[in-house]
Amino acid sequence: MKRKKITQDTIVYFINYILLTVLLVVVLYPLIYIISCSFSSGDALMSGRVKLFPVDLTLQSYQAVFKYQSIWTGYRNSIIYAIVGTLISMVLTLFAAYPLSRDDFRGKKIFTVIILFTMMFSGGLIPTYLLVKNLDLMDTIWAVVLPGAVNAYNIIVARTFFANTIPKELQEAAEMDGCTDFRFFVRIVIPLSTPIIAVLSLWVVVGLWNSYFGPMIYLNSQEKYPLQLVLRRILLLSQVNLNQSNIDPETIRKNQYLGEMLKYGTIIISTLPLMIVYPFVQKYFVKGVMIGSVKG
Amino acid sequence: MSKKTKIQIGHRKTFVQYFLGHWQLYAMIAFPIIMLFIFAYAPMYGVILAFKDYKVSLGIWDSPWAANHGFNNFIRFFSNYNFRECLRNTIVLSIYSMLVSMPCSIILALSLNYAKNVAYRKFVQMVSYCPYFISTIVFVGIINMIFDNRSGVIGSFFFNNLGINILGNASYFSSLYVWSGVWQGVGFGAIIYMAALAGVDQEQHEAAIIDGATLLQRIWYVDIPAIIPTAVIMLILNMGGTLNIGYEKILAMQNQNNIAMSEVISTYSYKVSLVSTFPDFPYSTAIGLFQSLVGLILILITNKIANKLSGTGFL
Repeated sequence: MKRKKITQDTIVYFINYILLTVLLVVVLYPLIYIISCSFSSGDALMSGRVKLFPVDLTLQSYQAVFKYQSIWTGYRNSIIYAIVGTLISMVLTLFAAYPLSRDDFRGKKIFTVIILFTMMFSGGLIPTYLLVKNLDLMDTIWAVVLPGAVNAYNIIVARTFFANTIPKELQEAAEMDGCTDFRFFVRIVIPLSTPIIAVLSLWVVVGLWNSYFGPMIYLNSQEKYPLQLVLRRILLLSQVNLNQSNIDPETIRKNQYLGEMLKYGTIIISTLPLMIVYPFVQKYFVKGVMIGSVKG
Repeated sequence: MSKKTKIQIGHRKTFVQYFLGHWQLYAMIAFPIIMLFIFAYAPMYGVILAFKDYKVSLGIWDSPWAANHGFNNFIRFFSNYNFRECLRNTIVLSIYSMLVSMPCSIILALSLNYAKNVAYRKFVQMVSYCPYFISTIVFVGIINMIFDNRSGVIGSFFFNNLGINILGNASYFSSLYVWSGVWQGVGFGAIIYMAALAGVDQEQHEAAIIDGATLLQRIWYVDIPAIIPTAVIMLILNMGGTLNIGYEKILAMQNQNNIAMSEVISTYSYKVSLVSTFPDFPYSTAIGLFQSLVGLILILITNKIANKLSGTGFL
């Protein structure tokens, strides 16, 4: 009886390792494939000869990326939108979360309802679009940054963190000593909350960096396009502008190859910043999700 | 004793007294609340447009009411031949996606939980979160490349050996959408279940081992019940989004070949308004309102059912 149990468990553990390894391969393979493609020649790409490792090793796709001006304009815009948007969003989130985390805060219930309701119901695409238009925010950074700045879920996560980590006695003692609420928030609460501020900022940055729908409907001028919209043109609409003034067939063929190579290069270049930061912050990510799950 | 009196005094404070002492808290929360009133509640007021016959020159409020007691835009949507198709696609995609991604996340969480080699577990975990950071546009770009039937590594394999053109056939769209979503989100989705598993009482496992339970039995009788409350909350949250499924990804994935299966309510409402040559704002608003209302009702119903069944509702 006992032996049977042990063998069965051993098999289950073994199968489990196989399962995880399969998962590892399935997740890693497309990533490695894209990286390999970005180092391969246009001819190898078009004929589908790349399977796992680069074919005809070359850096041409990166050269094409570096020469493609609008990618770098997009890069700059995305960085600006991400920094400004995150600052605004974090200030608003923390300003809402701290009062709500205080037990003595009067009106806590009504404010919570006002915030939570936005999670369950929204005006929808067109009313929001018309609002942005009526506020004269079209084609400005504010249309990208402001509509989603207050996120109910982030507020709840921050509130839960404050309520669980800031000792009530500390706040009462500070109040006794004549410390105002705002001063206490800036001097004590914020320094004690770096982990949660890191997590939420990261969520907001990733969200802003990766979003394309908002910028797509609110921005008209191409020089204001964030990276994702530039990528959309290159990757999905295949609108690559390589100065095709030459009608020589050989050049056209070469440009077609270059266009294909450009796609792989841009994928790598655009995803790189998040991928570099990610291993350092992933433990915070996990923490954030867990705090969020404690109290929905 | 002194503590008790203090509390009593605190209770006797009137709101005005409290406000004067703590006005800074209200000043702080005023900023986000004002922003919510502008960017969340003003559009809610804007849904009135759904009941109007919109004239740009008159504005939302002064435009006349739509025909059929203001419900004309809804009637037009429900009787439109696109409605059934969009609704079907939306429901198919979200239910399919929910049914697949939740079990996958739970299995991954259990699997990671029972991987004894800590270094290997951490490595798998880190790799599995990785795709979550890839943007929608890049992600769809990667799908298009890998599944291309000429140059893509998987697409050409299917095309050459089985004669299947994955990107060119609408019937594969839902699977492509759902399983690529699993690829991107399973690692991240597992985090929350791992948190639930970390909270399982180890004594229960020890007792089960003494009683001779096998690993699979322990998973079934100890771990799964511990995960259920979390799963129920995730289900409720997902339920509310049934009609609002990831339209950013779907919109990016759409092409001429798969439009029959990939046109969902959100993308349709976007197309009749913002990209149309004859933008129909009230119509699109009515569609959006329909979506929001169904979402709200679904959240409330699932929450109620969950409360009755297991006492784990969240509202």
